Amino acid sequence: MNQFQRAFTSESLAEAWEIFLQDFPLALWDTVYVTVLSTFFAIVIGLPLGMFLVAGDEKGIRPMPRLLMRILNMVINFLRSVPFLILIVMVIPLTRLIVGTSVGTTASIVPLVIAAFPFVARLVETSLREVNPNIIETAQSMGATPIQILLRVMLPESVPSLVSNFTLAITTILGYTAMSGAIGGGGIGKIAIMVGYNRYKYAVLYLAVIVLVILVQIFQNTGSWLSRKLDKRLKH
Amino acid sequence: MIELRNLSKSFMTSKGSVDALRQINLTIRDGDIYGIIGMSGAGKSTLVRCINMLEKPSEGSVIMDGRDLSTLDEKELRSMRRQVTMIFQGFNLLMQKTCLDNVMLPLRLSHVPREEARARAMEMLQMVELPDKAKSYPAQLSGGQQQRVAIARALSTNPSVLLCDEATSALDPRTTHQILELIRDIHTRMGITVIVITHQMSVVQEICNRVAILEHGTVMEEGEVSEVFSNPRSDATRALVYPEIASAIFNEEDDGQRVRLIFNGAPAARMPLIASMAIDCGILASIQSASTRSVGGMTYGYMTLEIPGGPDDLARAVNYLRKTPQISVQADVHYSMKEGQA
Repeated sequence: MNQFQRAFTSESLAEAWEIFLQDFPLALWDTVYVTVLSTFFAIVIGLPLGMFLVAGDEKGIRPMPRLLMRILNMVINFLRSVPFLILIVMVIPLTRLIVGTSVGTTASIVPLVIAAFPFVARLVETSLREVNPNIIETAQSMGATPIQILLRVMLPESVPSLVSNFTLAITTILGYTAMSGAIGGGGIGKIAIMVGYNRYKYAVLYLAVIVLVILVQIFQNTGSWLSRKLDKRLKH
Repeated sequence: MIELRNLSKSFMTSKGSVDALRQINLTIRDGDIYGIIGMSGAGKSTLVRCINMLEKPSEGSVIMDGRDLSTLDEKELRSMRRQVTMIFQGFNLLMQKTCLDNVMLPLRLSHVPREEARARAMEMLQMVELPDKAKSYPAQLSGGQQQRVAIARALSTNPSVLLCDEATSALDPRTTHQILELIRDIHTRMGITVIVITHQMSVVQEICNRVAILEHGTVMEEGEVSEVFSNPRSDATRALVYPEIASAIFNEEDDGQRVRLIFNGAPAARMPLIASMAIDCGILASIQSASTRSVGGMTYGYMTLEIPGGPDDLARAVNYLRKTPQISVQADVHYSMKEGQA
């Protein structure tokens, strides 16, 4: 009998179920807490940054010095290309500075935000670039300032697109939380790796995966529903 | 009064500099409904965007009530743009905002308090006869209704000039008529100067008092609408006045001999041309296709006649038509017979 067959004997299933009932409620809470907070902070930083990227572009509504934009784009691309596991280690000093410790559930929020905000900034950038340029020109023809165009025209016009992109962000961040479980972050991912993988309790691993899949489904469906609901271009 | 003086605009492209406008000189008086007409690519859109400085002219100046607009700073430009508002071919309403919010937008942008802006916006929606659509979203409205909301929005800041950039080009003829009617009505009521950019001669005919013909970035003709259209002096004008000529093509598959008449400002409306040819020559011509229009009592357009019989009859018909007094007819003879040409 190999390890995988052993994972699904009635005993190991019973054991997994016990672990599930005992540890999963807290782990689920940790995962949701970390995911939601990280997404929130990633949006707090990424949204203005994305707006700046669009407005400050060479052909944007308020062009900024080209060098500044180029540096900004390089930094974002750099952060986007560092593998998440390595990023966690790289930002340990910063995590200590902000949270006081570099291990644990709350501490994992720092690397998550740093990994996610450049991603969110790019998503915001795409959403804002989708806004019909004629509408931006119309706002200019009304005498709107660049800030007014951003806040009163581009942002409201791209709400449905932003919501579906933020949904993408939150599901991606949820995936990252599982990785942060590998080095001390709490949550479902931690149980999957610590118990399911390291202690060969594969039934627990699969249970964890099922819970994560359900979570992603819930986030995704809620996000898609909200985006559709908010889109006034659809007649309903 | 708006004066365009030696206005030029060129764009830098990868293939070098392209002149969109060349040395434009126009005067638009207060209270005019001024048409600027031209084919696509003539530079109309660039011209209208120079008037509110969405495009900065490369050379020359736009002078509005004695002020050279190119000397204005950003802040002055923005307040000028509340006086020179614009409507567009694509309506350009905010799709995620209600009609009321759309009409309120220019007011809110200039920091008018919310309640005051709302009252003014409702008043504007009433003027365009859509008060019941205040809470609707643009997607729930027809094209004509959307343009009405856009007009309400453009007028909410009580401007002195309204720029219409192909404002009716996306609408069907009936709706076009209604929108033009509304613009004319507003012009009368508010005494606003209207500048109409279009490629449709019918639009100019319907509401404009003056017109400029634009081609390749140059003004070909300018003046009172009746004058310019009744006596077109440039090819560009003629092409606009009777576009059918350019597109009228003989069907080469059909047998028969035909004569094409081109009415280039002929008083032909009261001439029983075909009947008199039947009596005088005994040629019973039939009309294959015709498209004529009357501008200032003159006829413009073309007519294709099929002439029965042989080459002799055709020659007689052509001679007869050419001799017809009081009518300037360019007779074009086309054969599409398999026997070859006579």
